[in-house]
Amino acid sequence: MKAAWRIALCLAAVLLTGASEPVLVPEVSQRDIQIQYGFTGAELLLFGAIVYPGGTPPARDSDIVVILKGPPQSIVLREKQKIAGIWINAASSEFRSAPGYYAVASSRPIEKIVDKRTAAIYEFGLDNLQLSPAGTIDPEEQRRFLAGLVDLNRREGLYKQQEGSVEILEGVLYQARLSIPASVPTGTYTAETFLVRDGQVLAAAVREIEVRKFGFELLIANVAEYRPFTYGVCAVLVSLALGWLGGVVFRKI
Amino acid sequence: MDVYLPIANLSVNALVIIGLGGLVGILSGMFGVGGGFLTTPLLIFYGIPPTVAAASASTQVTGSSVSGVIAHSRRKGVDYQMGGVLVVGGIFGTLAGAALFRVLQQLGQIDTVINIVYVLLLGSIGGLMAKESLASVRALRRGEKLPAKKRRHHPLVANLPLRWRFYRSGLYISPLAPLILGFVTGILTILLGVGGGFVMVPAMLYLLGMGAQVVVGTSLFQILFVTLVSTMVHSLTTKAVDIVLAVLLLIGSVTGAQLGARFAQKLPPEYLRLLLATLVLLVAARLAIGLGFRPAEIYTVELLK
Repeated sequence: MKAAWRIALCLAAVLLTGASEPVLVPEVSQRDIQIQYGFTGAELLLFGAIVYPGGTPPARDSDIVVILKGPPQSIVLREKQKIAGIWINAASSEFRSAPGYYAVASSRPIEKIVDKRTAAIYEFGLDNLQLSPAGTIDPEEQRRFLAGLVDLNRREGLYKQQEGSVEILEGVLYQARLSIPASVPTGTYTAETFLVRDGQVLAAAVREIEVRKFGFELLIANVAEYRPFTYGVCAVLVSLALGWLGGVVFRKI
Repeated sequence: MDVYLPIANLSVNALVIIGLGGLVGILSGMFGVGGGFLTTPLLIFYGIPPTVAAASASTQVTGSSVSGVIAHSRRKGVDYQMGGVLVVGGIFGTLAGAALFRVLQQLGQIDTVINIVYVLLLGSIGGLMAKESLASVRALRRGEKLPAKKRRHHPLVANLPLRWRFYRSGLYISPLAPLILGFVTGILTILLGVGGGFVMVPAMLYLLGMGAQVVVGTSLFQILFVTLVSTMVHSLTTKAVDIVLAVLLLIGSVTGAQLGARFAQKLPPEYLRLLLATLVLLVAARLAIGLGFRPAEIYTVELLK
């Protein structure tokens, strides 16, 4: 219903002001993702409408790019090298804003939708992530670390690039499915949608998604973080109780 | 059955973790060791971050040594005085170990150090155990009795100043020796998540020369308290103790330990020791090979707060 209202409002706005630019009305299937005991990941449906001035889609096809991005994190990326016969962390690089999760979906391969410059400006695709590396390291090394991070996170399902996975219906409705794994960081995620035609971004819109621990999991994480002494005492007591109980129960059997 | 671990931030199959705890429990029941030396590497192998694995394994060892301590103290198999000295040394060891842990973590070398220490420790102790147990198995087959070893403490221990009487252990030695031994195992507990029984028991027998009837009980007594302190230190510093993970491991290990204790009664102790030695050497070999092979992941991410 909400989405319908928004579409109606936008439509009214477009018609009343007589604007010539199209407007995006995005929505996500879940605004609040709760991590609980059985959480094994979530599947998000990102969908919405493209509202054109005049109400009729143009003859030429437009493209949609959807980017779902987790909260930026400050990280150290370490690289193992073989030294004296064993593999040890030998080099490292700091990044101030690596997203903990990044997924991009598009209606066609990105290089066919926009040129390299535009892709870099809007961070379309894993090759165009802006991670703000800290310190001065040479660009060659930076590229190697970036590739390493993308490859690692890709295999863990934290970074993904799904080209051609956005469906556009009748030129006005679009939808994309993105899955997030259980190991995602918590925080505020942004789902950005871009409308692209002739290599130009015509419209963009953002929705926020909250990913957080809930219930028992939230309690445990909070106590561990903010009341570490209480947490330690509880861990010890639980462990002692279980060990003692086990001994008592089995002596009777 | 998937369970989300709130500190490790990932979901695991609860049955796999319980089974893993059970396996370790069977071994610890059979051999009278805590089994931490197996839990930590297995958890890391399963994909749990190494720090969380070591911290939670030490919590699990606390639980799995409780009933052993109770049983041994009933039999008067715990030298509390000796145990007390070991615990004091152990507490200083955990504190020193926590500082060392932090430095190594900042250098990014904690995983490598954990692995190398494991290989050296398990390799040397497994080797010693294998040699000793092979000799006794051979003697058993020939039907001979091994000449009873003269119980004596190491000359190094005898040269330490200040002497105390430890009645139950039947010793008159410097308390500095068990203090240092406790300190070393305390460091191992924090770094590796092991109780240190497999270091402590041979050291008590061959370095201190303690009476065999109090060795296991006293070692368990020290492990109980030092892993307890280690859980507290981890909770306060690394914040890596995952209580859900520890509970799952405990459910398995408490049950497994009872089964293991029953198996142990059916096998002669010489063969048991040889089995344990083989197992320890296998773990050491697996870890040593792992150091030299190209790892699955060249890159690792560490969050900066």
